[in-house]
Amino acid sequence: MFRTLSRSCLPALCALAVVLTGCASTPANTPDNASASSVVVHPGDPWEQTNRAIFRFNQNLDEAVLLPLAKGYKAITPQPVRIAVRNWFNNLDDLWIGFNSMLQGKFANGVNDWARFIFNSTLGLGGFIDIASPGGMPKHDEDFGQTLAVWGVGEGPFVMLPLFGPSTLRDAGALPVDLAASPLWFVDDTWPLTILHFVHARSELIGTEDLLRQATFDEYAYMRDFYLQQRRYKVSDGQATQSYDDLYDELND
Amino acid sequence: MMLKKTATLLAALSLALPFAVTPSPAFAAETTAQATAPDALVKDISTQVLDTLRNSPEIRAGDSGKAAELIQTIVLPHFDFVRMTRLAVGKNWRSATPEQQQELTGLFRDLLVRTYSNALTQYRDQTLEVKPARAGAAADIMQVPTEIVQSGAQPVAVEYVLQKQGDEWKVFDIVVMGTSLVINYRNTFEQKISQAGIDGLIQSLKNQEFKPDATGSTAK
Repeated sequence: MFRTLSRSCLPALCALAVVLTGCASTPANTPDNASASSVVVHPGDPWEQTNRAIFRFNQNLDEAVLLPLAKGYKAITPQPVRIAVRNWFNNLDDLWIGFNSMLQGKFANGVNDWARFIFNSTLGLGGFIDIASPGGMPKHDEDFGQTLAVWGVGEGPFVMLPLFGPSTLRDAGALPVDLAASPLWFVDDTWPLTILHFVHARSELIGTEDLLRQATFDEYAYMRDFYLQQRRYKVSDGQATQSYDDLYDELND
Repeated sequence: MMLKKTATLLAALSLALPFAVTPSPAFAAETTAQATAPDALVKDISTQVLDTLRNSPEIRAGDSGKAAELIQTIVLPHFDFVRMTRLAVGKNWRSATPEQQQELTGLFRDLLVRTYSNALTQYRDQTLEVKPARAGAAADIMQVPTEIVQSGAQPVAVEYVLQKQGDEWKVFDIVVMGTSLVINYRNTFEQKISQAGIDGLIQSLKNQEFKPDATGSTAK
């Protein structure tokens, strides 16, 4: 049932993505009008009030549902099992990662990503063992949002998504495409596996909620700024790093 | 998927500072004679940190007090907290009085120590690869790129930025996946200062100390 649902929804999701990301290309990186106001407004975050409300919602949801589930999962599974689960989901991801590498013109990377999938799915016992990484085929991190960025789509304003967390308008538009491309749609146990995916991902993060809480008195702003900066870094495959002109100005004055 | 990305970066975040900063006392003494190359320094430090973590079941079981002790006694001398605070505060630094600057530096240092002694307890099976240092924008600044490697995940790039002071290299910034852990505070601090002044920022940093941690769940 869900399989047919996802097939029929796919064109609609793609259309939505194009509409959203089309809007996203204009307002990116316009750091004017921030200094005019007496209170500093983040130029990339015009919807801050709404975003903060969603952030609080996410934190409450996490505290009430996701974190307890993740702790329970971690308590009943031995670590080798969790590593196998991580590898299995990561292996499936390599198909879509490879496709995005190709779409971005990084053909050698794409071949590497798909070769990883083939090796890990066979010699890696169905993906439970990552033999490709030690075998010299590195794991990449690509998604459709990064592909759109390479195609010239601007990031647009910052968006806090319910459940999925920090994003930009461009990446939020790309998310339905990433979700629709999940190989999990092709198995019968789509929803149990999707829930496992989330719970597992959350279990790898246990402790970081405390880290964030201790790191700053404004968790929302800390997460937003970190997300935006590292996202630009990823889009550029590590070329765009923190602006150092500014840094050295500070040092020299 | 977004969740997973956040997972990677937060995991990196939790490991970044602890790896930077734990030379042995013997090593610290050694550096006074002649400055060790910055990449050798980072490599030696990270080896010491990993060894300490692997042999400390207390820290891995969540004893952040023990981790804090480690950082307080051995790590702090290798960081330039005045420079770090100045970078975090940004252009408002110059409008602060010397007393305010001193207070801000102490509070920001305590904030980082608290945060990262807790982060030390998160260490599991990661390893660190240190690459050759490269020149920074100024003659006395070097950047040491490293990679945190974890099975089944993409390596996480962490770069240490050091400045030579006398005959010692001191860390004043850590850049995780292109993101400065110090400059990441700047928007937050500027916003607080624009709303409540420098004393407002000082008060917020003081309040932060009493925020419930670990299982105390309710944030704010």
